[in-house]
Amino acid sequence: MKVLVPIKRVIDYNVKVRVKPDQSNVDLANTKMAINPFCEIAVEEAVRLKEAGTATEVIAISIGDKSCQEQLRTALALGADRAIQIETDESLDALNIAKLLQKVVEEEQPQLVILGKQSIDSDNNQTGQMLAALTGMPQGTFASVVKVEGEKVNVTREVDGGLQTVALNLPAIVTTDLRLNEPRYASLPNIMKAKRKPLAVKPAADFGIDLTARTKLLKVTPPAQRQAGIVVESIDELVEKLKNEAKVIS
Amino acid sequence: MSILVIAEHDNSSLKAETLKTVNAAQKIGGDITLLVAGHDCQNVVEAASKVNGVSKVLVCDNAAYEHQLAENVSLLVTELAADYEHILATALTTGKNFMPRVAALLDVAQISDIIDVESSDTFVRPIYAGNAIATVQSLDSKKVITVRTTGFDAVATDGNAEVVNLDTVTDAGISSHVSDELTVSERPDLGAASVIISGGRGMQNGDNFKLLDGIADKLGAAIGASRAAVDAGFVPNDMQVGQTGKIVAPDLYIAVGISGAIQHLAGMKDSKVIVAINKDPEAPIFQVADYGIVTDLFDALPELESKL
Repeated sequence: MKVLVPIKRVIDYNVKVRVKPDQSNVDLANTKMAINPFCEIAVEEAVRLKEAGTATEVIAISIGDKSCQEQLRTALALGADRAIQIETDESLDALNIAKLLQKVVEEEQPQLVILGKQSIDSDNNQTGQMLAALTGMPQGTFASVVKVEGEKVNVTREVDGGLQTVALNLPAIVTTDLRLNEPRYASLPNIMKAKRKPLAVKPAADFGIDLTARTKLLKVTPPAQRQAGIVVESIDELVEKLKNEAKVIS
Repeated sequence: MSILVIAEHDNSSLKAETLKTVNAAQKIGGDITLLVAGHDCQNVVEAASKVNGVSKVLVCDNAAYEHQLAENVSLLVTELAADYEHILATALTTGKNFMPRVAALLDVAQISDIIDVESSDTFVRPIYAGNAIATVQSLDSKKVITVRTTGFDAVATDGNAEVVNLDTVTDAGISSHVSDELTVSERPDLGAASVIISGGRGMQNGDNFKLLDGIADKLGAAIGASRAAVDAGFVPNDMQVGQTGKIVAPDLYIAVGISGAIQHLAGMKDSKVIVAINKDPEAPIFQVADYGIVTDLFDALPELESKL
């Protein structure tokens, strides 16, 4: 079976973002970028399914300008077979991303689409669920275990109270949580090999979808800063401060 | 304007977070209906009818909704959506699961994790792990919104709403529930606790988390963890506080052996008072802590327990 893995280029997770002085957005100029960590887990899971003989082909896909080819090459180096870039200079809403992916799902007919549960930039946590709705597929979000069994996939999900396992008819959508796997590092030979793997570029405009923005970003501000506190010398002092100064314990 | 709020519950009790989501609905302004979709959930319905500011409770009691399967719940909400301009759910794992599905079925964008309401179409939400705060305007006629409860206080439970039973059954038939493996704890939920004590990688192993128990008992606290502690297998996933785990804002948050990665800070930096116990004076957690103590946690915890 074919597995489709949509991935996103985002700020590196170790980098603390800065807000532009004019409050129009965050400043990403000269910022280190990387594959979104949850998307990397998605690629790893798909590659493991292929190594286990469950998947036959892993296709990575990203939507963005030419720079996202860098992350697609990373996915290819991790073991994806081929890549698709849907080219656009716009920053699209999750719904429009899902609509573009829906077209690719219709064309490629994957049995499984594995996505990261959220991107660490917009923190929306929407695209996988929206794609599931548009394609009429069931969804296993926040996955920590994925087991394909015949015509179904069992997905164990990280939920507020612990874990929940659901059985989904294939084809299905899975979104990854942190404990699903630990992604491998791409080896140098695989990075070299990835340069020769196919990467198709398709302009977003060719999909015939109305990509008008549904939301408007009015401003972006820095969060309220906490005042730096004090360092206490002893547990006695700590307890005294919590009781009499902060008044949070009695 | 009419607002539909979807109740968060486990068929036996209404989650306290729903009271905060209703507060967000009140800030938007309009006639508020609360939907209880579940199975054998009479207690939830009773609690829902008492939520202040709610004029009507819609009840869909059917096996199809017992486990809040996104495929089934989203069809139900979509079917009811015609009567409402705003549809709100709590940004917990259940709401995060089915709401984007609702939005896509309605062909509208979703505004996730709002922490404030500026007007009926403009909302405030954290992005980049809370390192930036975005003000976003929805251009759709219908707004689908999830609410981060740390941004809103709970409404009172002295209301008396009309209860309307619906016999709508929307079973998509493409997914089923297999099993739950839920953590059983006598302690308060992380989302509801006024005091939280969390352990990180510095705890060294799962057994050492027992050192937090005595303190948690004395303070009536919930116990949380950093991603590092969960990834290392010290404690289960539902204890994770952070950008992609639970977002909390208790009166007192005690971080023990937690360095303070931006992803962890994103989940707790709105706490009223933060205490950090860490032996590394350079740990970033000290930059957000009101009270820090540089010491070995294995000395500090027994002493703290004895002095509370």
